[in-house]
Amino acid sequence: MAWLLALLQTLLFIASAPLLAGWLKKVKCRLQNRRAPSLFQPYRDLRKLWRKEPIVAHPASWIFKAAPYIVLSTTVLAASIVPLIAVNLPTAKIADVVVLIGFFALGRFFLALAGMDIGTAFGGMGSSREMTVSALAEPAMLMAVFTLAMSASTTNLSVAMNYVLHTGLVLRPSFVFAMLGMMLVAVAETGRIPVDNPTTHLELTMIHEAMILEYSGRYLGMIEWASQIKLMLYGVLIVNIFFPWGIAQNFSLQALGFGALALTLKLAALTVVLGLSEVLFAKMRIFRVQEFLSFAYLLSLLGMLSHIILEVRH
Amino acid sequence: MALFFAYLSVVAALASGLAALAVDKSPGLGRFAHLLLRRWPKLQVRAAGVFSEAHYAEFHRNSLFVLLGISGVSAVLAGGGALFGGAVTTDTLPLGLPWLNWHIRFDALSGFFYLLIGLVLIAVSLYGPGYVREFEHGRHPLSVLGLFTGLFVAGMELVLLADDTFFFVIAWELMSVSSYFLVAFQHEHASNRRAAFLYLLMAVIGAMAIILAFGVLAGFSGGLTFDHYRTVKLTPVWASVAFVLALFGFGMKAGLVPLHAWLPEAHPVAPSHISALMSGVMLKVAVYGFIRFTFDLLDQVLWQWGGLVLVIGAASTLLGVLYAMMQHDIKRLLAYHSVENIGIIFIGLGLSLIYISEGQQQLGALALVAALLHSLNHALFKSLLFLGAGTIIHQTHEQNIEHLGGLIHRMPKLAVVFLIGTLSIAALPPFNGFVSEWLTFQAALQASGIGGGVLRSMVPTSASVLALAGALTATCFVKLYGVVFLGLPRTRRAATCHESVHRGMLAGPAWLAGLCVLLGVFPTPMIESLNVVTGQLLGVTLPGASALGWLWLTPVAPEVASYSASLVLVGILLTGWVCYQLLYRRGGLEARRADPWDCGFGGLNARMQYTATAFSMPIRRIFEPVFDVEETIEEKKSGPGNFQNTGLHYQLRVSDLAWPYLYAPVARVVTWLSRWVSRIQTGNIRTYIAYSFFTLLILLWGIS
Repeated sequence: MAWLLALLQTLLFIASAPLLAGWLKKVKCRLQNRRAPSLFQPYRDLRKLWRKEPIVAHPASWIFKAAPYIVLSTTVLAASIVPLIAVNLPTAKIADVVVLIGFFALGRFFLALAGMDIGTAFGGMGSSREMTVSALAEPAMLMAVFTLAMSASTTNLSVAMNYVLHTGLVLRPSFVFAMLGMMLVAVAETGRIPVDNPTTHLELTMIHEAMILEYSGRYLGMIEWASQIKLMLYGVLIVNIFFPWGIAQNFSLQALGFGALALTLKLAALTVVLGLSEVLFAKMRIFRVQEFLSFAYLLSLLGMLSHIILEVRH
Repeated sequence: MALFFAYLSVVAALASGLAALAVDKSPGLGRFAHLLLRRWPKLQVRAAGVFSEAHYAEFHRNSLFVLLGISGVSAVLAGGGALFGGAVTTDTLPLGLPWLNWHIRFDALSGFFYLLIGLVLIAVSLYGPGYVREFEHGRHPLSVLGLFTGLFVAGMELVLLADDTFFFVIAWELMSVSSYFLVAFQHEHASNRRAAFLYLLMAVIGAMAIILAFGVLAGFSGGLTFDHYRTVKLTPVWASVAFVLALFGFGMKAGLVPLHAWLPEAHPVAPSHISALMSGVMLKVAVYGFIRFTFDLLDQVLWQWGGLVLVIGAASTLLGVLYAMMQHDIKRLLAYHSVENIGIIFIGLGLSLIYISEGQQQLGALALVAALLHSLNHALFKSLLFLGAGTIIHQTHEQNIEHLGGLIHRMPKLAVVFLIGTLSIAALPPFNGFVSEWLTFQAALQASGIGGGVLRSMVPTSASVLALAGALTATCFVKLYGVVFLGLPRTRRAATCHESVHRGMLAGPAWLAGLCVLLGVFPTPMIESLNVVTGQLLGVTLPGASALGWLWLTPVAPEVASYSASLVLVGILLTGWVCYQLLYRRGGLEARRADPWDCGFGGLNARMQYTATAFSMPIRRIFEPVFDVEETIEEKKSGPGNFQNTGLHYQLRVSDLAWPYLYAPVARVVTWLSRWVSRIQTGNIRTYIAYSFFTLLILLWGIS
């Protein structure tokens, strides 16, 4: 029963990820006084890509073809271990939050290799930049996660969320810092403004898009879907770790429905914040990203230190 | 029984070394076999065939590596016996000093490192016969290579067996000196001779520190066997002196920052299977020495030691990977990654020391297990990568990765094996490197219980350094794999190479790749068996490691952290398969091949690809303070008013800061001191006679 519910939750997760992307687009369009496409436009785009004939460059090896499958499966697997609308599901035990970061790293590794596979300058440039940005983001991400893990003395996401739920609404300086750090990391890792611009196709500013420039058809569709899931994953991590209230703690239909509703509202609100920041900020130069990410690391470190100094009792 | 196999392994390694001396003795051996086999004419004919000119070389080469293989298999059996049996066996050999026979002790810790040597040795013995063929017709005799390989392996194994200082130091020096000859094997290049000399110098200085460290213990215990040391009580000051000396000596051999500078010079210049043994195994023997000294022989642990080891380990991890990032020589790059991985091992050891000094033996055991497991994992994937690099160099005669490219199309099998090594070293799930880094993270996360606030904040910070280093390693190996195996071939050699014709040259790395996957997917049995080591050293085990069954790894407790690599693998494969079925098998269109996007200009060629230098440029720029960068651009101009650019020469040299800031000053001081001392050399015979006279006088005065 619990495993079936976990499977259903994962399916819901990956099915609703394009919807979140559509909502983000809607928010941005409204903020920029543009007419927005339908909420369901990302689904139509994905369907179009899946039906198209993929084109693969001559020098490509099997890595180029395998990478989208690996990227999508690692992202789906990551989605399966993050509690979405209910905690205490058995899948959270398969992998903890450190392994979650490992999943992202595995997918990124293959995508970066695929970028190098064609032997053009764009792919290599994209791979180099993506790996650099993520290398700098990783310590900040882990530091933020460690703050949480040391407070809850677990790295299991489900147990950690339970811990936050049961301690109630207390203002912890460490959590505030960790959340800010994690939000900055999320912006960098999902390739949003100001670190990367997912809508650009100007070679010199691209990071993620340069790496996947050669992809088309269903391969591109898989990668797009995976990045939509990833965006939602970071959103769910932030709202469910730092504001877990409303998440279902038992598997009754009522609790699950309430959990889904609470999550939708929380994610919608977080997306508005993201959309606002995307509209207000301009994209940074690539060599300003290190300052952005070291600021994120500093915030997470402050979170860790304030946890150690203020919150640990002896 | 375990000890028998341990001896057998040493004897087989020595026999392999001695057999190497018989390289051009085929006529004599042929006559000997002829006499020996008089009764059996059929065998006689066979022997004549084997010892004939045509076949002898191959026979000789194979027999060397068969003996090494026997040594490897028996080392695995010995190690397995000690590790799973859990017994401690001791012995004394009638060798050594008259009043001090060689003491032998074979416990689980020695057994674990024996297992590690054996697994790599099997791969090397598969790989060797094909690889050393190229040296046969070279100017260097194979006998030298074979002899010192055998002595080197035997030396490493004897270090693990030693249970008294005298024997330990002899075995240690046997290991160091024989590997010096292996580093200096291709001594026609001045740079190789320089690297070998540096290696020998460092080995001597390190050994001196080790002898002094043992000397402190010996001075207080009044004996030279390790059993004496185990019982001696030291004051904290003397214990710290011994610890720092041991850290210096063993750390120098292991290649810790800032003593690492010899390592990337020496390891790459040896033949590749020796590089695999040196980076994969010999560094672990130094780790063994450190563990034996600190965890077994010293009677106390201070938290300051743990802090020191943690800081040094974190520095090695970060600087190792950053310097590796800047290397374009495939073997130098791998050698710098050894510095990084030794740093990770020492982070684990530092955490263990901190927890033990705080009285939390359980967590100390967890961190120690993480360090030991990473030692094994690093031995496997680093040897795999060195052997793979050896094959690449063997097939293309190119060591600079900027001259390679597109090898995945020409060496598809090696590409798969190398990819497994790459994924393992980049610490990606579900491979083995990830498991040990995950355990190190878990150990670091339990820092809440540590007393001091400084230490408590240092531990998670070092974990974040480990995270940064892990991500940079992934970056570095995307660069290596992407530039070497993917893209278009950058030179003609890379375009025309092919898979090695010797099956062993693929089988050796493939064996290690299989072990990497196995240990990554099913880590729990190995961790269970490491409980025996921690049980013998610290007196505690990790009872909860397999609380949920052998599929799950739960180092502390199931609710604190759990990881099931096998389910992760199943999940990835299943999801990938479902996607494949849904998107491709059900009416998905076949992919069409076309030219890559060239912005409409056309004429893309291999020189337009991203290079390794370009790939690592962002990292170089971001971490500029830790590099010694020299960048020059020379422009050639001509034409009226020098407006036309006719040539551009770009030169970039990135080097290690340890040279200008540590080694060069030390070298200057040594040179200055020797100049000063050399003043007593006048070249005048009368002065020398006067020196002898006064020396005699002083000695006589001293005696009387």
